Amino acid sequence: MSARDGQPLEVGGVAKAFGSRPALAGVSFRIAAGEIFGLLGPNGAGKTTLVRAIAGRVVPDAGTLTLFGLSPADSGARSVRGWVPQEIALYPLLSPRENLWTFGRYQGMDGEKLEAAIRSNLDWIGLADRADERTERLSGGMKRRLNIAAGTIHGPRLLLLDEPTVGVDPQSRERIYAMIGELKERGVSLLYTTHYMEEAERLCDRIAVIDHGRIIAEGTKDELVRQTLGAAQTVTIDAAGPIPEPVREAVRGLGGTVDGTRVQASVEDAAGRIRELLQVFHDNGVRIRDLNLKSATLEEVFLNLTGRELRE
Amino acid sequence: MIFAVFRTHLSRLRRDRAAFVLAFVVPIVFFSIFAGIFGGTRGGGTRRISLAVVDEDGSDNSRRFVAALKAEKGLSVATGRIPDGRTTESPFDRATAEAAVRAGNLPAALIIPKGFGQTPISFGGSGARPRLELLADSADPVAAPVVSGLLQGIAASAMPDVMAQTGVQELEKWGGGLTPEQRSKMEESIRFLRERSAAKGPSGGAAAGGLVDVQVKDILGQTKKNPTSALIAAGLGVMFLLFSASGAGGALIEEAESGTLDRVLSTNVSMTRLLLGKAAYLSAVAVAQLTVMFVWGEMFFGLELHRHLPGFLIMTVVTAVASSCFGLLLAAMARSRMQLVALSNLLILAMSALGGSMVPRYLLSETVQKMGLVTINAWAIDGFMKVFWRDEPVTHLWPQALVLLAASALLFAGARRLARRWDVA
Repeated sequence: MSARDGQPLEVGGVAKAFGSRPALAGVSFRIAAGEIFGLLGPNGAGKTTLVRAIAGRVVPDAGTLTLFGLSPADSGARSVRGWVPQEIALYPLLSPRENLWTFGRYQGMDGEKLEAAIRSNLDWIGLADRADERTERLSGGMKRRLNIAAGTIHGPRLLLLDEPTVGVDPQSRERIYAMIGELKERGVSLLYTTHYMEEAERLCDRIAVIDHGRIIAEGTKDELVRQTLGAAQTVTIDAAGPIPEPVREAVRGLGGTVDGTRVQASVEDAAGRIRELLQVFHDNGVRIRDLNLKSATLEEVFLNLTGRELRE
Repeated sequence: MIFAVFRTHLSRLRRDRAAFVLAFVVPIVFFSIFAGIFGGTRGGGTRRISLAVVDEDGSDNSRRFVAALKAEKGLSVATGRIPDGRTTESPFDRATAEAAVRAGNLPAALIIPKGFGQTPISFGGSGARPRLELLADSADPVAAPVVSGLLQGIAASAMPDVMAQTGVQELEKWGGGLTPEQRSKMEESIRFLRERSAAKGPSGGAAAGGLVDVQVKDILGQTKKNPTSALIAAGLGVMFLLFSASGAGGALIEEAESGTLDRVLSTNVSMTRLLLGKAAYLSAVAVAQLTVMFVWGEMFFGLELHRHLPGFLIMTVVTAVASSCFGLLLAAMARSRMQLVALSNLLILAMSALGGSMVPRYLLSETVQKMGLVTINAWAIDGFMKVFWRDEPVTHLWPQALVLLAASALLFAGARRLARRWDVA
């Protein structure tokens, strides 16, 4: 089978233990072409072990792993796979240009094709003007971008991004998000591990929540919320003054709670319920200072699934 | 604060157990090695000087003299050699003895000339007497003076009768002759000395200087501009090559610690290719280092590099490859930079002491000299000495080249095997 056939990534029942400590306990999922698949979980959940297994650096004790139908150790798989490790895995004394040349050569590129790839990647990561400085002298964000380029220089069709924004300032993070968007536009399939739920929400088409080496939920963000928390949304109304008793009674009748000047209710039919609540406020002459409708977050999904915060 | 710094470093050392052990083991091992090498271990034996002897005289006295040389504990006398393809020994003649010295098989050869037996001894250099020739290789500057001294002592103790007879002849010549009775008593005394010496062998006692006339001929060093520079350049060069290769090999540990190694191995580069690439790089650096050192030696210390380029190139390349593979093996063996430093200090200094980088091997006991043959240093230095000292043709370098290349293959295989821990988890 050539690397052009098959799903970009298929993971079936993969298990791995280091000594007596299980790192992965039967993980299964698949990534479709051009999809950004998020792997969301706390530190130590097994994300990096899974990525290293897909990168061919960890051999699973059980289960199957295929990249476009090929085993991770297959030379064809090496060519279509790119890996951006969590660490800045670069040569600090080499320049960005030399680092890109090195990893391009290691991926079998040479000649004008390699030179052109180096030029376009330096432009892409915004380091063309610092291409010949020592990498160790670059800022953290620049190193992160170069780290990504070193994993994509050979034009992979499946990219493994292991927490690519760790320790990066917000501005650099935005730039990395833009790069990921461009990769998606090029049709690259991405496996994106993170423990930042806002990243997963923002970037990923589908998300798997991983904990203790197991995938405990999988789907789009909306699907995950619906699966675990239902379709309810939270409406919060802040009154401009004290809330009189008739309003309190009406809110409680609609299934909400009152705390000082704040009213909160979990609603499924948001439009209808909000209209009813606003009518009660209006009828009793209570002015509204703020109104907010909020859907459930992945943080809440994770809390609901595991009983603990994502960043614990 | 100072205590906190102290405690932090102590904890680091304790966590790296191998480095912790090496920190205490290295000094003990070094003490043992150096005490053994330079102090002479019990049962290790003191150094005996090998000496080829050619008896051109073949007289009764010259045979007695050779027998006395053989009995001398400080000498290891060879009167012949077993030629290639033969099983029986053929005696040395002047040419074969000189060739043996030139080839470095022996540090010196003694030629006993015709007529030696008639007047082997003379007092104060008086009278015409045959001159012993000591063909020496001054790469071993100790051998010739020691052998010369021993020859004087042996002449006195091995041939007391000859010495007495010579004394009588001197007395007759300058004292006006002896009466028949004096002559009879004197001959009886000389006979007694001869019989006693035959029965007991040489006593090894000191004799007056200059009893035998010895001429030392430096058959190798006389044409050299600076006889010791080749030995020093080869010895130090190899030692620093080993240090530099093990230091550079440490890049492997840094790559592993930074995650770069993992990333590289996920590409189309296999561990074997990676190690081969590193070995090639380390070898190229080592060749450049040795070249710079020898060019410097030529410019300022009379090392005749330009006259020995082919041999230099062969020995430099094989030594560089062996050192590089050694450096890779150490890097693959060590789990941390700290361990690598301790391990390389231990092994390289021990190898250098045994292998002749610190002091020439001829100064060491025979046992230690043999032990030195397990080191890269000894083979490399032997090869460089063949090139620069003995002016041997490059075809004579095959034993050194073969051993160093075989060692390289073994060291590389060892490094590859140890590097399996980085292959996949």
